[in-house]
Amino acid sequence: MKYLSILTLAPLIGALTVAFVPRAKPELAKRLALIWSIVVLAVGVATWVAYKPGGPRLQLQESYTWIPAWGAKFSFAVDGIALVMIALIALLVPLVILASWHDAEKSKRSVPAYFALLLALEGTMIGTFTSADVLLFYLFFEVMLVPMYFIIGSFGTDVPAKQRQYAAVKFFLYSLVGGLLMLAAVIGMWVYGGHTFDWQTLTNVEFTTTVQRWLFLGFFIAFAIKAPFFPFHTWLPDAGGAAPAGAAALLVGVMDKVGTFGILRYCLPLFPEASRWFAPWAIGLSVIGIIYAALVAIGQKDLKRLVSYTSIAHFGFIGVGIFAFTYQAGSGAVLYMVNHGLATGLLFLVVGMFVARRGSTLVTDFGGAGKLLPLLAGIFFIAGMASLALPGLAPFVSEFLVLIGTFTVNKPVAVIATIGIILAAAYVLWMIQRTTQGNTNPALLDLAPMKRDLSLREGIVVAPLIVLLIVLGFYPKPVLDVINPAVQATLTDVVTPERADPAPATSTVEAGK
Amino acid sequence: MQPTLMLAEAAQASAGDASAALQAAVAYAPATGILSYMWLLIAVPAVSALILLTTGRWADKWGHWLGCAAVLFSFVLGAAMFFELRDLPNRAVQLDLYSFIPVGSLQVDFGFLFDPLTACFVLLITGVGFLIHLYATGYMAHDEGRRRFFGYFNLFIAAMLLLVLGNNYVMLYFGWEGVGLASYLLISFWYGRPSAATAGKKAFIMNRVGDAGLVLGIFVMFAQLGSVNYDVVFSNAGLLPSTTILVLGLLLLLGACGKSGQFPLQAWLPDAMEGPTPVSALIHAATMVTAGVYLIARSNPIFSANLTLQTVVVSVGALTLLLGCIIGSAKDDIKRVLAWSTVSQIGYMFLGVGLGGGAYALAIIHLLAHGFFKANMFLGAGSVMHGMNDQVDIRRFGGLWKYMKITWLTFMMGWLAIIGIPPLSGFFTKEPIIVAAFARPGWTGWLYGFAALIGAGLTAFYMTRLFILTFHGPKRWTTAKEGSVDQHPHESPWVMTIPLILLALGSIFAGWLMASPVAEWLTPVLGPPVEEHPTTLSHTTITVLSLALTVAGAGLAYALFNKGTALEPQPAGALVTAARNNLYTDAFNEAVFEKPGKWFTRALVFVDNKGVDGLVNGLAALVGGGSGRLRRLQTGFVRSYALSMLLGGVLVLGAFAAVQLGWMG
Repeated sequence: MKYLSILTLAPLIGALTVAFVPRAKPELAKRLALIWSIVVLAVGVATWVAYKPGGPRLQLQESYTWIPAWGAKFSFAVDGIALVMIALIALLVPLVILASWHDAEKSKRSVPAYFALLLALEGTMIGTFTSADVLLFYLFFEVMLVPMYFIIGSFGTDVPAKQRQYAAVKFFLYSLVGGLLMLAAVIGMWVYGGHTFDWQTLTNVEFTTTVQRWLFLGFFIAFAIKAPFFPFHTWLPDAGGAAPAGAAALLVGVMDKVGTFGILRYCLPLFPEASRWFAPWAIGLSVIGIIYAALVAIGQKDLKRLVSYTSIAHFGFIGVGIFAFTYQAGSGAVLYMVNHGLATGLLFLVVGMFVARRGSTLVTDFGGAGKLLPLLAGIFFIAGMASLALPGLAPFVSEFLVLIGTFTVNKPVAVIATIGIILAAAYVLWMIQRTTQGNTNPALLDLAPMKRDLSLREGIVVAPLIVLLIVLGFYPKPVLDVINPAVQATLTDVVTPERADPAPATSTVEAGK
Repeated sequence: MQPTLMLAEAAQASAGDASAALQAAVAYAPATGILSYMWLLIAVPAVSALILLTTGRWADKWGHWLGCAAVLFSFVLGAAMFFELRDLPNRAVQLDLYSFIPVGSLQVDFGFLFDPLTACFVLLITGVGFLIHLYATGYMAHDEGRRRFFGYFNLFIAAMLLLVLGNNYVMLYFGWEGVGLASYLLISFWYGRPSAATAGKKAFIMNRVGDAGLVLGIFVMFAQLGSVNYDVVFSNAGLLPSTTILVLGLLLLLGACGKSGQFPLQAWLPDAMEGPTPVSALIHAATMVTAGVYLIARSNPIFSANLTLQTVVVSVGALTLLLGCIIGSAKDDIKRVLAWSTVSQIGYMFLGVGLGGGAYALAIIHLLAHGFFKANMFLGAGSVMHGMNDQVDIRRFGGLWKYMKITWLTFMMGWLAIIGIPPLSGFFTKEPIIVAAFARPGWTGWLYGFAALIGAGLTAFYMTRLFILTFHGPKRWTTAKEGSVDQHPHESPWVMTIPLILLALGSIFAGWLMASPVAEWLTPVLGPPVEEHPTTLSHTTITVLSLALTVAGAGLAYALFNKGTALEPQPAGALVTAARNNLYTDAFNEAVFEKPGKWFTRALVFVDNKGVDGLVNGLAALVGGGSGRLRRLQTGFVRSYALSMLLGGVLVLGAFAAVQLGWMG
C-alpha cells in the first residue's frame, strides 16, 4: 500500500474536484469536501495501523523520480513524530469542515472555493510531514501558505476587510521571509552535503562547524517564524484573529506545528553540533515566550487574539521541551504538539460558535452568556481547562513531561516555565468569567441566535475532541509508544543517551530492601 | 557507589535516633481480595458524576439520590476494606492499574495505595461526605441546578479519593488539581453572581500558586531519586543532602498552604463561602482543605529529616492559627466566621505535623474530629440560613433556639467541641497538640506553646460570640418595615436534621473514642505514639491554663453579647479595624500583585502591538529595501504572487503525476 502518497495526494485531488463545483451549488461542495476529508481520515487510520511503533526510524517509504540532475526525488516516509501529526490533521480537518459549514456564506465569495482551499491546505500540510526529501519538504512548506493566505484574506469575515487583508499580507510576508532564508539554507546544504536532497543521506553528512551553524540558522529562523517563537510572533494574533474560526483552529492547531516539527526533523539530526550551540538561545526565546505571551494574553480584548496569544505561550513550552534534549522533555514536546492541536482546536472552534451567535469577537460584548448557552459554556470551560493543562485532560501529560524533563538538566528554566502554569490559570479563568459568568449582558437577550444552544452539527464537531482529550488524559500510552522511539532516535543524534536520560542525582536503594 | 554509601551512613549517624525510623525501607504488599478493587472507590462516584452531568432534565427527579447512593457505596466498600486491612500482617497494600506516563527512566503508574492513613481519610471523606450529600438533597431541593450540583459533588468525592489513594506523587497531584476543579465549580456554582464567579477564580488561581510548588517538588524527587513513587521516595529520603530536603519540603509546604488556606495563601478560603453551604461544610471545612495536612503527614519521612523545615511548618501553623482567630473575632457573616475558624483549626493541624514525631498522629486525629464538628456547625449554619431566608449576618439573628431546637442543640455540641470543653471531642484532640508544642526544646517551646494557648482562648471567644448572637439574646431579625423580609424561622426537614444529629454525636464522642486507637492504628505510617513530657510546664498546668483561658474567652463573649449587639458596624480601634479587613492581607495582595500585574499586562500589550511588532516589521522592511516600499505593497501584489505560487505548486504536482503515470521519461 502506498499510504503516504495517497494521504498527500487525496486531499489535493479532492480540492480540485470541489473547486470545480459550480458556485450555485454550495451544499454539494460542502458535502463533497466532507466526504474527501473522511476518506483521508480513513487512510490516516490505515496508516496508523500499518506503522510499527518499535520498527525502523523511517517507515512506509516510497520514492519516485523527480529531478535526477539535482538528486531530488519524490520520496515519502514517516517517523513516529510525523505520524502523530498526520493523524491530528486527518482528524481535525473533517471536524473543521463541519464546523465551518456556514462560515463561507457570510463572505459573499465562492463557497466551493473555501472548501477547496481547506482541502488544499490539508494536502500541503500532510505533505510537509510525509516528505523525506528536503526540497520536497521546502516546496510543501511554501505552497502551504497559499491556501491559508486566501482563507484569511477573503473569508475572514469576523473582522473588517481592511484588517483581514492586513493580517493576510502580514502572514504571507513573515512566512515568505522565513521561507527564503530556508531556501538559501536548502541550497547551501545541497552544495556542502554532496549534491543530494535525500534526508537519510544528509543525516550521514558531517558539515563543518561554521557551515552547520549557518545552515541551522537558515532553517531555524524559518521554523521559529512559523511556530512562532518570540519575537517573531506578532503575525499570529493578527492572522488568528482575522481567520475564520475553523481555519484558525487549523492554523494554530497544525500549521504552526510544522515549525516545531521542522526543528525536530531537520535542525536537530542534520546539524547536531549547531543545535547544541544554539540551544541556550532557543530555550531563552522559548521561555520568554511562555511568560510574555501569557501576560499579553491576559490583557487582550478580542477572544480570538487572546486564544492566539495563549498558543504562543504554549509554543514556548514546546520549544523548551525540544531544546532541553532529554527523552522526557522531547516526548513531552511532541505530545504537546498533538494535545495542543486538540485543545486549542477545540477552543478556537467553540470561540467560533460563540462569535457566530454574537456577531462580535470582543470579550466585553459577552458577559453571563452561560445562562443562555449552558452547554456551549460547559464545552468552552472544558476547552479552557485543557488549555491550562488540568490533570485528567491530555495537555497535562505533555506539559508535565516537558517540565520534569527540563528540570533534570536545567532547573532555572523549568522553574520559570512553571510560573507559566499559574499565568495560564489566570488568562483562562478570566476569559471564562468575562464571557460566560456574572450578570448577563442585556444586549445578548435581544439576539435570537444567543438562545440556540449547541446544535447537533456542533455537537458532532466537539464530541470527538472532548473524548480524545479525556482518553489521552488518562491513557496517553498508545501515543507515547509511537512518539518515544522517534524522539529517542532524534535526540541521540544530538546528545549521548546518558545526557538524554540522566541518572538520578542521588544513588538510591531499591524500595523494600 | 562507595562514596554515596559513606555519605548515607554519615547522614544517618548525624541525624541521630529520629531518622533511624525513617531509614527503614518502606514496602507495600500487592493488593489482594477485596482490596484489589480499590479503584472502584473512585470509579463509582466518578461515573455517577459523569451520568449526572451529561444526562438531560429527565434525570432531575432522581439525580440527587444517585449522587447519594454512589457515595454510600464508596463508604460501605471503604469500610469493608478497612476491616480487611486490619487483619493483614502488612497493613499497606498497593495496586498498579496500568502504566500512565512511561518515558525513558520516568515510569509513572496509575497506582493506588491503601494503608492506615489512607483508610482514615477514605472513611472521613465518604462517611461525612455521605451525610452532607444527604443534607444537600434537602438544602438544594428548590434549586434548579440541583442535578448539576450533585454532579460536581460526586466529582469532588472521586477526586478527593484519588488524592488520598494514590501510591505516587503524580496521582496525588492528579487528585489535588481535581479537587481544586471541583472546588472552583462549586464556589462559583451560582455563576450568575459576580461575587461567586470572582471567588471561584480567586480560589483556583491562589491554589495554582501552591500547585506550582507541589509540582516543582515532584520534579526535585525525580531529578534526585529517579522516581515519584512513595515507596522509593520514602525509602531514600534520608540519603538526600539536607539542603535538597529543605528545598523539597518547602516546595511541598507551599502546595499544602495553598490547598489548606494557610499563610500566606489563606485569602481565598473565606471568599469560598460564596458556594452553597453544603460545599462549605464538605470541601472547605471537613475534607479538601485538610489535604495539605495529609500531604505533610504522608511525606513525613521528608519533613522529619530536616529540623529547619519543621520549624517553618510549625511557624506557619502557629501564625495562621492566631491570624484566623483574630480575624474570626471581627466578622459578622456566620459562614465567614466559620471559615476563619477553619483556617485557624488547620493552623493547629499544621502546628502538629510540623512538630513531627508523635504529633503527626495528633494532627490527623484533630483533623478527623474537626471533620465532624466543623461539618456539623456549617450544616447547622445552613439550617439557620434555610429557616431565615438565607440571612447570614449574625447581627440579624438572636433567640433562634426556641424555633429550631435540633439545630440549636446540635450546633451547641459543635461549639463545645471546638472550644475544647471536656469530654467533647475537641478537648481530646486539641489539648495534646498544645502540650506537644510546649514540649519543643528551648524558647521555641514557650513561643509555640503560648501561641497555641492564646489561640484556644480566642477560639472560645469568637465561637461563643457566634453561638450566643445566633441562638440566644434578643431577636434582631429583619422586618418588612425596614424594607427587608419578615422572618418566620422554622426547623429544617429530616433529611437535614438527621445528618446534623449524627455529626453532633460525632462531635461529642469522636475525640474520646479515637484518641488512642487511631494513634495506634497510624503507627505503621507515622511512627509510634509518644507521651510528651514538656520540661517547661507540667502537663496538668498546661491543661488547667488552657481550660481557664477557654472559660475566660467564652465568659467574656457571653458578657459582651448576651444582650445582643448593634445592627451596624461600630467605630473601633486599630486592631478591630484591621481584623475586619482581614489584617490587610487582601489589601496587600491587591497592592503588590493585582494592580501592578494589571498595569504590567497592559503595558506589555502596548509594547507588543507597537514595539515588537514595529521592530520586526521595520526589520523586514529594511531587508525588503526601505520602509516606504513595505507600506506601498498592495494586496494585489501579494495576491498575484500567491496565485503564481499556487500555480507553480500545481504544476510541480502535475509533473509528479505525469511521471508516475509514465507519460514522461
